[in-house]
Amino acid sequence: MISRIIVLAAEEETKNPLLPADYDILWSSVVFAIMLTFFWLRVLPSFKKVLNERTEAIEGRLAAAEKAQSEAAAKTDELSKAQENTRAEASAIREEARAEGAAILAELKEQAQAEAARITQTAKAQIEAERQAALISLRSEVGSMAIDLASKVVSQSLKDSATASKVVDDFLKDLENSEKAGK
Amino acid sequence: MTSFTPKQETTLLDNALSLIIKASVTDDSGNYKGPSIMEFYPEILFFEGTPFAINRIILVRLLVVLLLIVLFSLWIRQFDKATKNQVFVPTKFQLMGEISLNFVRTSIAHGQLGKVDGDRFLPLLTTVFFTVLGLNITGIIPGLNISSNALIGYPIVLAVAAYATFIYAGVKKHGIGYFKSAVAPAGVPPALYVMVVPIEILSTFILRPVTLALRLTMNMLAGHLLLVLCFSATQFFVFYADGLFGFFGVGTFIFGFAFTLFEILVSFLQAYVFTLLTTVYIQLALADEH
Repeated sequence: MISRIIVLAAEEETKNPLLPADYDILWSSVVFAIMLTFFWLRVLPSFKKVLNERTEAIEGRLAAAEKAQSEAAAKTDELSKAQENTRAEASAIREEARAEGAAILAELKEQAQAEAARITQTAKAQIEAERQAALISLRSEVGSMAIDLASKVVSQSLKDSATASKVVDDFLKDLENSEKAGK
Repeated sequence: MTSFTPKQETTLLDNALSLIIKASVTDDSGNYKGPSIMEFYPEILFFEGTPFAINRIILVRLLVVLLLIVLFSLWIRQFDKATKNQVFVPTKFQLMGEISLNFVRTSIAHGQLGKVDGDRFLPLLTTVFFTVLGLNITGIIPGLNISSNALIGYPIVLAVAAYATFIYAGVKKHGIGYFKSAVAPAGVPPALYVMVVPIEILSTFILRPVTLALRLTMNMLAGHLLLVLCFSATQFFVFYADGLFGFFGVGTFIFGFAFTLFEILVSFLQAYVFTLLTTVYIQLALADEH
């Protein structure tokens, strides 16, 4: 038994790790063949497919995005051009309105002045007419008052005719003077 | 030596049983026993004596294949669903798959070979990267604790595949003249061919595949031995060492932890290096002038 153990031990010591056992080589080849086939036929095709699909999808989306972007840029251009036009138009309209406003204002002013002049004229004419009327009525009143006075003077003291005529003359003279001063 | 009495044999068996318990970390005199190369030759579990023999490490290797197929099948399902439904925003899980596959595709294949040739050789490169990474990472997964790439079988198969692929790439592009341009670089004076040709033959057609396989195997093998050393020493110090020696276990455990993190890096790095070198060899074979 001991000798068998010794023989076994002696055998064990001679193993060389650089020389593969037959079963080692066999199972290694099997493993390699299985794994190579697996990776070659199953894993990598599936992997490549998913990568290609993604690349295509990304490229497609990039192209679409680029198109959308250029479209948006064109639209923005258009819009800004339209805006420019609108702005120019607005400023033209504003200018026109301003001119028109000024014209209207001037016209109104002129009209107002004319109206004012007309009113002044009318007022002056009226005042003159009224003055004339007043003058006329005053003169007729003064005449009747004079006649009244004369009749009184005549009735009271006809004896002293010289004095009486002097009174009448003085009265008339005063009246005329006051009329002259009033003019 | 051979004349034991039955009683002696019983005693021996008794001793042996108690020793088996600590066999993992001590030899039969109770001293610490470091890991040996026999770590990589556990007992055969099935089909002993045939080329189909399966031990623990082969089981780990097959488990990784199963997990890789399950994982990538889930990703395939996501990819197909996204393609079918025209969903162009990947889910988180899908994105993880895409980033993983794109790492090989974009960073390695397209970077070295360009888009067209990169996609041509992508199946091999993807297989190399993910199987090496998957088989490496088991070295630090609790319960599995060994990388089946520490057995040289799989690295040899990959190196042969890389070798065949870059020769195929060269011959397909340049015809039989590929071998001439590969061993006799243009611009070298013909008088120097005596020296240059043997060197080129050696480096291109012999050392390339050998270094590819050895680099990976030895990294995984050494990494595993380091981890076993650290953690078995921890176990020995904590459970079997006398007195204050037990505290050494703290130090060895910290080292073991650090090397575990380091192994994650190495797993990834070796997968990357193997894939990148395969790509570079293909690229050199495709190049117009050497």
